[in-house]
Amino acid sequence: MLVGREGHDDVVVRGARVLDPLEGVDATIDVRIDGGVIAQLGQDLDTNEHRVVDGAGLTLVPAFVDPHVHLRTPGREDEETIESGTAAAAAGGYCAILAMPNTDPVLDDADALRGLRARAAREAHVPVGFFAAITKGQAGEELTELGTLAGAGAVGFTDDGRPVTAAGVMRRALQYNAITGRPLAVHCEEPTLTRGGHAHGGAVAAELGIGGWPSLGESLIVARDLELAAETRQPVHLMHLSARESVDHLRRAHANAVRATGEVTPHHLCLTDEAVRSLDPNLKMNPPLRTDDDRTALIEALRDGTIGAVATDHAPHSAEEKDAPFEAAPFGVIGLETAFPALYTYLVEPGVLTLETVLERMSAGPAAIFGLERPRIAVGARANLTLLDLAGSWRVEREELRSRSRNSWLLGKRLLGRVALTIAGGRVAFS
Amino acid sequence: MTDLRIVGGELVPPAGGRRHLLSVADLTREDLERLLSTARSFARSQERETKKLPTLRGRLVVNLFYESSTRTASSFELAAKRLSADTLTVKSSGSSVDKGESLKDTTLTLSAYDPDVIVIRHPEAGAAELVSRHTGAHVVNAGDGKHQHPTQALLDLYTMCEAFGRLDGLRVAIVGDVLHSRVARSLVQALDLVGAESILVGPPTLVPTGLAPVSHDIAAIRDADVVYVLRMQRERMLAGANFVPSLREYSDLWGITPARLRDGQRVMHPGPMNRGVEIESSVADSRASLVVDQVRAGLVVRMAVLYDLLTAGPVALEAEVGVA
Repeated sequence: MLVGREGHDDVVVRGARVLDPLEGVDATIDVRIDGGVIAQLGQDLDTNEHRVVDGAGLTLVPAFVDPHVHLRTPGREDEETIESGTAAAAAGGYCAILAMPNTDPVLDDADALRGLRARAAREAHVPVGFFAAITKGQAGEELTELGTLAGAGAVGFTDDGRPVTAAGVMRRALQYNAITGRPLAVHCEEPTLTRGGHAHGGAVAAELGIGGWPSLGESLIVARDLELAAETRQPVHLMHLSARESVDHLRRAHANAVRATGEVTPHHLCLTDEAVRSLDPNLKMNPPLRTDDDRTALIEALRDGTIGAVATDHAPHSAEEKDAPFEAAPFGVIGLETAFPALYTYLVEPGVLTLETVLERMSAGPAAIFGLERPRIAVGARANLTLLDLAGSWRVEREELRSRSRNSWLLGKRLLGRVALTIAGGRVAFS
Repeated sequence: MTDLRIVGGELVPPAGGRRHLLSVADLTREDLERLLSTARSFARSQERETKKLPTLRGRLVVNLFYESSTRTASSFELAAKRLSADTLTVKSSGSSVDKGESLKDTTLTLSAYDPDVIVIRHPEAGAAELVSRHTGAHVVNAGDGKHQHPTQALLDLYTMCEAFGRLDGLRVAIVGDVLHSRVARSLVQALDLVGAESILVGPPTLVPTGLAPVSHDIAAIRDADVVYVLRMQRERMLAGANFVPSLREYSDLWGITPARLRDGQRVMHPGPMNRGVEIESSVADSRASLVVDQVRAGLVVRMAVLYDLLTAGPVALEAEVGVA
């Protein structure tokens, strides 16, 4: 289901701390990769003709998987392309990303999907999976050909950017999607509650006079879709959760054995709506940044596994569109190149989350939810590896970002944790 | 007023640092008192036969208006002229804005004339902030979306202070559509800054909580020294908007009538008024009304704001204007 440039490299990573808790590995050893496959773990391995990477003082971990990326192709190649988006992913330590179908036109037919996959095979620095839409044109009315699209390689289905507003349509999608076995991922938003909303519908927006997007606008649809998943006995994935109430609904559903999963973005884990006071359009996201209580609930849910995946919701926007008054600017920020460093700086370093938890939720967690091969450090496994310099500090400079867009909430910020090398699908994608 | 804010670490403030008036939150109590005192000096200068002062000769004030406005636009223009500054007024209709030019580009274009001040009115929150990121001029927010309208709050405070001789401890009831009102947001902050009290009165759908004490009962205005009436905007009243069931019900429950006022209370309104809706005509024209005083205050307060941004402060004023 994933597709990217072909190629297999021979590499030896020397003397890094090799860390894969799920494989029970935590040792300072060498890792030898032959033809893109992990061939040997141990001390003082032979290098043969292999490329040798000095890992002294660095940490080698299973590479990251991002289940929520906007590649803006086709339609807005000025904002991102498959090539630039996957270059950003590689620089962020990702070995696999999943692309959203809210392109122009919407990805809702099999021929278009085949065309995109062919492009990815030529251009993608890391393997990409493509979501197709749940409804034609993401209009929320008619189902797409879920079976045909799955056959053409759709990694799952979503109308991301828009809700499936009608409960009846959502129920049919869940029922029918049983034939594909691919994840159905939902953007939870009740449009009559969020219309005119630009920031969390709380005290800060009331004070600033900015239209409110209340927590209920999300949690009402979360509750509905969990009820629908329970009734249809089908799994559902809840994207970019932002509100405490949504997390509470998901936890209760798990207690009732509903097959539901969730994801959360680095910005919702690191920021609150207090940041919106600056009126900087790079702090405008959908769903919006919420209160510290919501942020605490999201962190707790990520820690206890209620939310199984970190997703960037990497959403490139052109400078022309983003450089506008806060209320006029589009929603969304980029995140591929800064996801791990942001979480490491704001959550791991201060002791809020462990490194192991963050690594799992950025890699094995999303891989399990989306039925992808788990990046792991074991002999015989395909090499999906990221070499991290946890002590490395760097400043996020707009000129140095690989994404075609620059709408990061971290511009000018100093972060801890640098990606030194990414091996994706057996191929060196970034070094 | 704060120095130019640096967003995203991109902008380096020009030498000396540019001051802006983007929000009441930018002001300290000292700033506010200095501005009101400067405005009082200008008020005295306006009693003379020759009203024009040479203070800002050769300076350029650009008024950039993306929303229709009578009071604010005319008073900024007149304020600049009374201080001998050149003025340039650009309205969204009949300009490149009609052709789809972005606010950023319009700002860059107008900044090429090296204006000293850009006064901006815009329907979206954050517009003044955006302009301040792309110009070397001082920026004055003349209203951005539902966010802020700081010079309105200043002129309202000036008017109250003239009428009551004090601001500290003054009780102000703000009545009506607070939710959609930048005037109310700026005023609540400014009243708080000077030690006055506010209470918000109106329908539950139009009065947000958390800004100030709230009452849904019009009887709550009885303890107030000032009844500040907000405009009911027509677009909020369209069928299906459901903020209130009808204008008639709004007037019945929250309209300001003579019977609802007590002696000694003064009534204010930022204009334009919907007579017969939020305020009865007889109240608007009564001796309790300070509406015309507000307009007059608008001129001298805006003179004070322009003066304060562009010159050294009140000491120079005494010398130049000769109104000690």
